[in-house]
Amino acid sequence: MAVSSAQIYTWLERYAGIVAEQKQYLTGLDAAIGDGDHGINLDRGFQTVLVKLAPVRDKDAGTLLKTTGMALVGSVGGAGGPLYGTFFLRAGAELDGKAEVSDAEFVDALAPALERARQSLGEGAPLGKVLAAAADAAEEGMKATIPLKALKGRASYLGDRSIGHQDPGATSSYLMLRALSDSLAAVPQRATTTST
Amino acid sequence: MAEAAVTTRLKKLINTPETEVKDALAGMAAAHGDLIRVEYDPNVIIRKDAPRKGKVGLVSGGGSGHEPMHGGYVGRGMLDAACPGAVFTSPTPDQMARATAAVDGGAGVLHVVKNYTGDIMNFEMAAELARGEGAKVNAVITNDDVAVQDSLYTAGRRGVGVTVLLEKIVGGCAEAGADLETVTTLAKKVNANGRSMGMALTSCIVPAAGKVTFEIADDEMELGIGIHGEPGRERTKLKAADEIAEILTSTVVKDLPYKRGDEVLAFVNGMGGTPLIELYVVANAVNRYLQKEGIKPARWLVGSYITSLEMAGCSVTLLKLDAETTKFWDAPVHTPALRWGV
Repeated sequence: MAVSSAQIYTWLERYAGIVAEQKQYLTGLDAAIGDGDHGINLDRGFQTVLVKLAPVRDKDAGTLLKTTGMALVGSVGGAGGPLYGTFFLRAGAELDGKAEVSDAEFVDALAPALERARQSLGEGAPLGKVLAAAADAAEEGMKATIPLKALKGRASYLGDRSIGHQDPGATSSYLMLRALSDSLAAVPQRATTTST
Repeated sequence: MAEAAVTTRLKKLINTPETEVKDALAGMAAAHGDLIRVEYDPNVIIRKDAPRKGKVGLVSGGGSGHEPMHGGYVGRGMLDAACPGAVFTSPTPDQMARATAAVDGGAGVLHVVKNYTGDIMNFEMAAELARGEGAKVNAVITNDDVAVQDSLYTAGRRGVGVTVLLEKIVGGCAEAGADLETVTTLAKKVNANGRSMGMALTSCIVPAAGKVTFEIADDEMELGIGIHGEPGRERTKLKAADEIAEILTSTVVKDLPYKRGDEVLAFVNGMGGTPLIELYVVANAVNRYLQKEGIKPARWLVGSYITSLEMAGCSVTLLKLDAETTKFWDAPVHTPALRWGV
């Protein structure tokens, strides 16, 4: 099995849609402990991603991911820009020039965010299951931020007052992984042994 | 409560939240074309005669909504370029990289960065890009907000009022022809000798969010507020201006600490929605406190210079002066928001 560029594009497009839908929700989470702009910034970023991806959507996976990273770095701002941007730039660099990447390569490219996924893959699970596990792990991680005291970013200024709030960045990361898992389920994977 | 906040009508002098920053930049270009030029995509405000050969370039930037900081401080004797981000959101590395290239006259560039996670990450990426192009880039981080406690366990103290004073003093030094190391050392000294604390009477409204950043009752104030409406040390009942000024000033004085016999620059800043008459009421109380402690306010700055949109409130910044910092504070400056000696 392998992941195609088309699947990666589907994922990015789907996630852009989710961010647009959840803009107010993410911003609301941020307003409680930060400066209330996470959803607004991420939406501006992924709308820019859609524009920048349009002319290269038929290109290889590396190009899609790098274009996404550059668009985010140049449009999101805040801490989210460098964090999300670097994630995609690094993944893109790993998959440079590849129209189709093996499951193992794809998971490697998204690591270390996907430690749980790597474990599952090691156990021989199909990629769909692996990513579902990763999304589940991210969901647990997101919920686990609620009782935590923030140590980084503007939420850290609240000290104990940050306890009891779900982290907006952990939430948008979870949504991103769920979109990935759903996208691969929606666009059937091709069984590949022949590379193109 | 949240429901009511969502339906609050956005009563602001804007066209749309999305166009606010660009509309304002175009207005600045129209009003101050003798001092600055504005570039768009990426958005940068550049001193009109930049780059100046052999002069260290001074670049700052941050989210919009703090006007006149930073764009209002671009010009002779202060900044060479400023990068405005979206409202309350740090700008992006391509903006700072462009600003750095536009003002590099061969003597290197100093980035003035306020201590917020996003600002630091984006400026670091920009410095890397600029160095890749062969530029010499140093950075100084301002972190003067004493309201942030446990700063070892947080993102650290925020950069607030000292940033304005630093941009003026270090800008004067760069204008006089000092090299990059000298300018950087002075910038670090200014930051090390400055402390601030703010308070808010009302919240601000980020246009894209369309509602107040925090709820606060009519008889309450937030002590130790940040310049983005981040909560501070304490929510308490509103007190008289003299008492508020004494809380802010004494907390600042004890932090450095400032001692009997010290000469300071006293900076009473408005958060955007507070009239100047109230800032002078605060200045009076700050002065009384300093005199009582034997600290001499040798220079003053009173007005709204680092704001938080329409938030009502103030901050008090003290900067310990010496001969060098006093000289460069007094040096001529000609920018849209600060002008003297010319």
